[in-house]
Amino acid sequence: MDFANVTGKIDMKRKWNWPLWLGFIVAVGAMFSYPFFAQFPMTRDFPWANLLLFGIGATLLIGGLFRAFGRPQHYRGKVFGSILSAIAFLFFSFFCYEIFYALRQVPSSSNAPRVGQKAPDFILLDQNGNAVGLGDLLRGPSGPKAVVLIFYRGFW
Amino acid sequence: MRSFQQRLPDFAARGINVVGISVDPPDINQRQSQKLGYTFPLLSDPKAKVIRRYDVSHPGAGPKSEDIARPAEFLLDSNGIVRWVNLTENIAVRARPEQVLEAFSELKSTGQ
Repeated sequence: MDFANVTGKIDMKRKWNWPLWLGFIVAVGAMFSYPFFAQFPMTRDFPWANLLLFGIGATLLIGGLFRAFGRPQHYRGKVFGSILSAIAFLFFSFFCYEIFYALRQVPSSSNAPRVGQKAPDFILLDQNGNAVGLGDLLRGPSGPKAVVLIFYRGFW
Repeated sequence: MRSFQQRLPDFAARGINVVGISVDPPDINQRQSQKLGYTFPLLSDPKAKVIRRYDVSHPGAGPKSEDIARPAEFLLDSNGIVRWVNLTENIAVRARPEQVLEAFSELKSTGQ
């Protein structure tokens, strides 16, 4: 019988609750690996790699919490496990907010040129400071060309 | 746009010019082109005039709340007529070169 626990004192010999720490690290990694996975269309269009990592992290954290609360005489982590889990959950909430809400706040562009309409003309400077018009892009030195216009947010 | 750079030979072989448009000034575009190895033009529309003319502006979305472009892709035929448009509903999801090449080959097969 463990006397220290009966009196409510902390028994420093309880085992290290590693799933809590590992789960937390995986959850942090799930969030901060987003820029890495966003480089590849497959993991950017839907962030399943990040969600998978969050899932692994959550499983470990829940496992760790079960240990900490279920067998507190053997395992540590009631307090810090709860704190780590709460932080991980905040990260997950923020990630979901960004991915499933913030990134989808795109203007409707209902007056953008439609299929069959003539594209508005323009003349803009290229990266070397030369003026380039839509007409130049459509003609090209070796005959008429189709053109792909890619509007992007920019690197600032 | 990295994926478009990778498929650029396929666009060139079909006689398609690829060009990017954003509010970035030419010096930033030059730096980015060199850094990322882009060989297609990046056009600069610092006041978002052309971006607004195409109704693809995202008001206040820039780092200093200025208007920037939302992601959007247009395929024009050699007469400047729009033949395919992609207006994403998610900033992270942009057109892939395969989609544009496929749209182009469909145009060819229907004889337009």
